[in-house]
Amino acid sequence: MSNETTLIFQHSRPGRSATAQAPKPVSEDQLSAIPASLRRKNKPGLPEVGELEVVRHYTNLSTKNFAIDKQFYPLGSCTMKYNPRGANRAAMLPGFLNRHPLAPASHSQGYLACLYELQNFLKEVTGMKGVSLAPMAGAQGEFAGVAMIRAYHEARGDDARTEILIPEAAHGTNPATAVMCGYKVREVPVGKDGDVDLEALKEACGPQTAGLMMTNPSTCGVFERQIEAISKAVHDAGGLLYYDGANLNAILGKVRPGDMGFDVIHMNLHKTFATPHGGGGPGAGPVGVSQRLLDYLPTPMAGLDEEAGDYHWIDTDTLPTSIGHLSAFMGNAGVLLRAYFYAMVLGREGMIRVGEYSTLAANYLLKRLEAIGCQAAYPERRASHEFILTFAKQAKDNHVTALDIAKRLLDYNQHAPTIYFPLLVPECFLIEPTETETKEAMDDFIDAMAKILEEANTNPETVTEAPFTQPVRRLDEVKAAKELDLVWSE
Amino acid sequence: MSEIPADLRYRDSHEWVRVEDDIAVVGISDHAQDAMGDLVFVELPEEGVVFAAGDEAGVVESVKAASDIYAPVSGEVVAVNEALEDEPELVNNEPYAGGWLFKIKMADSGELKEMLTADQYQEQIDSE
Repeated sequence: MSNETTLIFQHSRPGRSATAQAPKPVSEDQLSAIPASLRRKNKPGLPEVGELEVVRHYTNLSTKNFAIDKQFYPLGSCTMKYNPRGANRAAMLPGFLNRHPLAPASHSQGYLACLYELQNFLKEVTGMKGVSLAPMAGAQGEFAGVAMIRAYHEARGDDARTEILIPEAAHGTNPATAVMCGYKVREVPVGKDGDVDLEALKEACGPQTAGLMMTNPSTCGVFERQIEAISKAVHDAGGLLYYDGANLNAILGKVRPGDMGFDVIHMNLHKTFATPHGGGGPGAGPVGVSQRLLDYLPTPMAGLDEEAGDYHWIDTDTLPTSIGHLSAFMGNAGVLLRAYFYAMVLGREGMIRVGEYSTLAANYLLKRLEAIGCQAAYPERRASHEFILTFAKQAKDNHVTALDIAKRLLDYNQHAPTIYFPLLVPECFLIEPTETETKEAMDDFIDAMAKILEEANTNPETVTEAPFTQPVRRLDEVKAAKELDLVWSE
Repeated sequence: MSEIPADLRYRDSHEWVRVEDDIAVVGISDHAQDAMGDLVFVELPEEGVVFAAGDEAGVVESVKAASDIYAPVSGEVVAVNEALEDEPELVNNEPYAGGWLFKIKMADSGELKEMLTADQYQEQIDSE
């Protein structure tokens, strides 16, 4: 592995250029729409490099990447599973790529048909009554979901509801979403077994309760067993239930949020349905709703005139109670199309196997890791699609922390799991193997963990000083957080 | 082994209180700063704000987590540790001295009796 860690700017020499990337000359005419005061005076400081140098630089960098294409990537809470290339290829058919977003519906029948069928598929797999594909990402899906809860209460003149209940084990974005939508957050404790403290929840419910936001299976990696009682308690108080789809992968085709009593759900198509995620790429966070919230779904949605067989856009002119548009057009088209093909290829049977195999893989890994001496955070519970280990003992006895073990895993060519999340378990790993990994890949990870636990006992420096084999050693995270500087200067 | 001064009172969410007449000086414990890791940001309340015991009063953020700080007692904030804006690491380096967070003019000093003693706090940490 090349240990070169230069920046592209360091390869820059005056006068070098790559014809393919060279900007086309712009005439004064074309600029006239931009006021002179808003035009830049200096050329942007872009690197001057030839095409071959660019290719080499980025190819070398890409070989340093830890990625699902190279390594086992058990990043809990994020479902970094393999995304089939075929779905990507289908989404890149010229007819889809070349469709202009302002093209009329009559010229977009194929695209609209895919979206319409995807809406129906997601409705069926989640047990909801309506689906909108409009939200552009998980966070926007959450925002749309809570905005609909607010619209529902406001339409009924029920304006005393100021609080959203959120269990401790919820996904981290939930409190932020509730606050964005103007609600106060009330946290609900979680018991020793990872389930919500039902008595505390009942006490917290009241006329001030707008709703409850839950992730099930939760961030503790366990399925909330009292979901029906929770659902009843919140509904009895007049609140609505929001399902965070972060962990939907575990229950696909097996249990449906709609059947658990949820009123609104968002799904991360970029986790569960064939789009790679992480790194801030485009996402899709469709929302599904129960009967109560159908009138408030964000637009546009795809509709079908069954008599004429024509697909059309449903927008605020025919659905005036909608919370409205969330973006200029219709979500991230490419992500929605990949999800459509993934759903069509897997079908109903395949979807059930996603849930079954991801759960089987997680439980295999959990049991084997326990057998080599890892401590499970909830040893009496079966894992859903992910599970938590705690290295509190190693931290106390050997001063070897979860961070150290994560860094040492890189030396064994394994991507580290999520660390220090959820916050309620000290020195934790959150591990999610997903359904796309083989037993052999998981066994390699287990072997690496066994070696590291041994090293932690016999030779802790090899763990606390790791990594040794990577282009860089430990990074100064404090400096990165306090003095973030992303602008190149000589 | 983290340090737990015997003359302070503690909250189960890891804040400490030192009483100076009717003023409660508030910080986070050595155990808490150690668990958080290197702090990069501390968000403090504004002077003049009135809290009830248990209200969210601020946030400490480290490279691995962000955690709410709760007011251990009721009363008005009369001072905040402005040095932490530039040097949040003071909380790591001297959690019971230069790393204090804010001071509250106590509305009811009886609330202190509800808080944990050093021994009780030690017990809580051991059972975690």
